[in-house]
Amino acid sequence: MNVQKDLFYAQSHEWVKYLDGGRALVGISDHAQSEMGDVAFINLCDEGDALNAGDCLGDIESIKAVSDVYSPVAGTVARVNDELLDDPARLNADPYGAWLIELEDVTENAELMDADAYENYISE
Amino acid sequence: MSELKTPLYDLHVKYGGRLVPFAGYLLPVQYAGITAEHMAVRTAAGLFDVSHMGEISLTGPDALQNVQNLLTNDFSTMTDGQARYSPMCNENGGIVDDLLVYRKDGQSYLLVVNASNREKDAAWIKSHLSGDVTFKDESDETAQLALQGPKAQEILCRLAGEASLPEKYYTFKNNVSVGGLACLVSRTGYTGEDGYELYTANENAEPLWEKLMEAGRDLGLVPCGLGARDTLRLEAAMPLYGHEMTDDISPLETGLNFAVKMQKDDFIGKAAIAAKGEPTVRRVGLELLGRGIAREHDRVFIGETEVGYVTSGTMCPYLNKAVAMAIVPKEVAAGDEVIIEVRGKKIPAKVVPLPFYKKS
Repeated sequence: MNVQKDLFYAQSHEWVKYLDGGRALVGISDHAQSEMGDVAFINLCDEGDALNAGDCLGDIESIKAVSDVYSPVAGTVARVNDELLDDPARLNADPYGAWLIELEDVTENAELMDADAYENYISE
Repeated sequence: MSELKTPLYDLHVKYGGRLVPFAGYLLPVQYAGITAEHMAVRTAAGLFDVSHMGEISLTGPDALQNVQNLLTNDFSTMTDGQARYSPMCNENGGIVDDLLVYRKDGQSYLLVVNASNREKDAAWIKSHLSGDVTFKDESDETAQLALQGPKAQEILCRLAGEASLPEKYYTFKNNVSVGGLACLVSRTGYTGEDGYELYTANENAEPLWEKLMEAGRDLGLVPCGLGARDTLRLEAAMPLYGHEMTDDISPLETGLNFAVKMQKDDFIGKAAIAAKGEPTVRRVGLELLGRGIAREHDRVFIGETEVGYVTSGTMCPYLNKAVAMAIVPKEVAAGDEVIIEVRGKKIPAKVVPLPFYKKS
């Protein structure tokens, strides 16, 4: 299972990539997409929504089941990845490229795991 | 309770199957992925481990009369080497299970039951036997592999003489040598494609699987898990026990009229089914018009009025549509629009004829 090094991870298997200017991208890990199986639909929150860490940012519907996705950090939704909604299989093929939302005014979350810690977490 | 392993467990691990508990067994839900496996069965072939299914034999001079009494279909017109599908009903006309009956000869029948119902069925059948008949649960000694898809015949012919294989759908041959391994080969399946189900002794299961994989690899044969088995049967609108059939749903309500022979002398549940008369509900197909996948128990509305419920739903990989089956009032007709409440969201859907998919 691929765990990308420069990201931080939540126990619920989302990743966050901190960008300059208090912004961040959020997606789901390779482990998460693999557990879900083939993704059929993605539903995301709206631009402008204010999220706290742990708030639901949308759901991902695979053939097997539907899973809620939670924001690993607090922030305001600046962009949602509309292109992904029309090509949900990209989430399976490229989970670290297929970001779900971009947040601004992000409050960093010290409780997240770095890549090594997350790798240990999913191997337990 | 810890799960049992089928004789193919080590091969599932070897082939990268993701193992999950199902009906008391550890079975692969998928290998490469549900979509890829589903498409392989529609366009080439797939191999499934269905050893969890139960096999019960009824033998003796009164075997036929017992099968006739236990099951709703008519077995008196069957000949040796035929297979026949039937619901098994309780006294209220609800469904105990659905099963496949093989007539080996006039005094020997093999009943194949759902894994999740095996113990319930065994107890039910035993408690309703009469006359000179012997019951035997052969499940623990029997492995079952399903080879399904348009290339299934070509693959099997590489391991067995074509003349030794069953020619027609819903027929079988016993003691067929498949790559030197003795199998009961049945031309049946649960995918909506041509294919075979192969029953063999446990110790033959691993070599049989490997011989089939080797024979079929260049034709596109892939191992398939329970996930694809479910999407394939759903796309073909085949009912599944616990979803489209339960102890409270009668076979007529779920569209199994073809397997309920009311002109037959008697069978368990006949009186109740007759007393109920024409069913007031029926099983229909729904095609979702909005984004989302309906799941079992989702409520179905017409306008603001709740009229029924979803029994199964999925995203069909081959049709590339989200579909569902539902139990609704019998007046609901193809073309009607309904609303399905999916996780609190109302998604419009259209009633469509079943099956969603039929092989050309």
